[in-house]
Amino acid sequence: MIASKPAAAPADELFACAAPQLFAAQQYRKDFPILSQEIHGHPLIYLDSAASAQKPRMVIEAMQRFMENDYANIHRGVHELSVRSTDKFEAVRETVRRFINAASTNEIIFTRVGTEAINLVASSWGRKFLKSGDEILITALEHHANIVPWQLLRAELGLKLRIIPITKEGDIRLEDVKAALSPRTKLVAVAHVSNALGTILPIKEIITLAHAQGALVLIDGCQGVVHMPVDVRDLDADFYVFTGHKLYGPTGIGVLYGKFDVLKQMPPYQGGGDMIASVTFEETTYKDPPHRFEAGTPPIVEVIGLGAAIDYVSNIGMSRIAQHETELLHYATEKLQRINSLKILGTAPKKAGVISFVMEGAHPHDIGTILDRQGIAIRAGHHCAQPLMDILGVPGTARASFALYTTKDDVNALVDALGKVQEIFG
Amino acid sequence: MMDGIAALDADLRDLYQDLILDHGKHPRNFRKPGDVSREALGHNPLCGDRLIVYLTLDADGTIVDAAFQGSGCAISTASASMMTEMLKGKTRAQADTLFKFMHMACTGAGEIKTAGLTQDEIDRLHALAGVRHYPMRVKCATLAWHTMQAALSALPKASTE
Ligand SMILES: Cc1ncc(COP(=O)(O)O)c(C=O)c1O
Repeated sequence: MIASKPAAAPADELFACAAPQLFAAQQYRKDFPILSQEIHGHPLIYLDSAASAQKPRMVIEAMQRFMENDYANIHRGVHELSVRSTDKFEAVRETVRRFINAASTNEIIFTRVGTEAINLVASSWGRKFLKSGDEILITALEHHANIVPWQLLRAELGLKLRIIPITKEGDIRLEDVKAALSPRTKLVAVAHVSNALGTILPIKEIITLAHAQGALVLIDGCQGVVHMPVDVRDLDADFYVFTGHKLYGPTGIGVLYGKFDVLKQMPPYQGGGDMIASVTFEETTYKDPPHRFEAGTPPIVEVIGLGAAIDYVSNIGMSRIAQHETELLHYATEKLQRINSLKILGTAPKKAGVISFVMEGAHPHDIGTILDRQGIAIRAGHHCAQPLMDILGVPGTARASFALYTTKDDVNALVDALGKVQEIFG
Repeated sequence: MMDGIAALDADLRDLYQDLILDHGKHPRNFRKPGDVSREALGHNPLCGDRLIVYLTLDADGTIVDAAFQGSGCAISTASASMMTEMLKGKTRAQADTLFKFMHMACTGAGEIKTAGLTQDEIDRLHALAGVRHYPMRVKCATLAWHTMQAALSALPKASTE
């Protein structure tokens, strides 16, 4: 992989502030070509990274370079380009392994999206190991991607889906997890970070509790890996899922991490090329994980892009990104709270850079339109978490989400622009 | 920056006209009539807007009462409110004319026929049609109207998807 170095902070900035922790969001911003444009005559302020993050030049160029120089199908040719492509593709497996500290590259499966990774577990592990009467535990704040696959499986196998409730702050209490767990619980599937509220769930504790009952745990980390360092071995997660496009990578690529001991007992998810050891019309034998689960030509270019994205954030440092976003979160929370007609939904003590809010007299979509006309992109709606919206008693929320390129100026612009909402709807 | 602010105001004002804001904040006919002849549920799955349109028809099929309930943004609420006001006393054919005008004005597709509409109705429909510059919001303005059509056609549901 060609290293994707983020732009270095200018020397004078480093001298001016001796703190080695200085986070040059303003500089990193320049790595993202899309951010330098105007929208409706205003500089673009992109506060919708939780829906999908923008892509640094290093990712765009790595994919282009790969297609211009190295591209061919993988694992199937003796020719030079196929060898090169295969090497670069497989090198990203190692990049991902290191990024989440998995024990082996055999535990890293490439999928098309995070959603597909969850469906893979439901379809392969679920069908093999679950039976009528077994229980799957999820929380009330899950994304539809971590609800619907289990409902489909429930309908097929006669399972029970139990919901861990949330507090009015939007938090998960371990007492409630304990109360929901029983010997019938076979799987606990929970988000690492809520996309709708920003709550960081106590996943390490949840995993310990679940394991004590003999249940496996799947972590939907689509909003996790983007905001903080993740160590799947320290967590002892059985499955950890994430999606490339929220991690500054391309669309069309997701990752399923699974413990090898679990993966090797799982049947194939889809059948086709690349996943077989040998095929006759009488019998087919399958490859070992991870290839057993990667039928067909994978998203090769997208994998290369994901590798470049991980190199990019790793060079900056996930801990530093986490610290930067936490500072922004506190700054923005404090500023937004001063707006009388505004209410923040989701006030758990541990949150990532996501703020959901509602305003008196103004529907989230009207807020979204008025901000858009001022160049500010936020998300308005149910955030693919309709059950959560029902619990909160709102049809939807307005959501601002932060990324490594978000600055305090962006937050200030948001606060100013919300003045226009008050003016029209106040 | 004065120009920028003025332009922004003009732009947003095109969408959020006083008439729309008034109906959005204080929707008229926001109730369930006692003697409903037709009703339909309108749902925009994309944004979660959801409303029920109630129509009371007389023996000739003339709309003697129109009302709605539900939750939505300022645009969809205002549109439903103004629509119910306009529908009272209309025949099925007149309701169709209003619907077609609304549809054309919001989407900019096809020729707009004003025959049979009062100037006040035309003005109101044009105010709602401010959404045509906001492609993501067109469905907010048309949801109530599609739901009304579904009710008249005795379909239980309308969806803007
Ligand atoms: C918490 C969470 N889980 C899963 C997903 C699904 O991601 P994707 O659509 O990339 O599969 C998302 C994205 O919106 C998410 O925020």
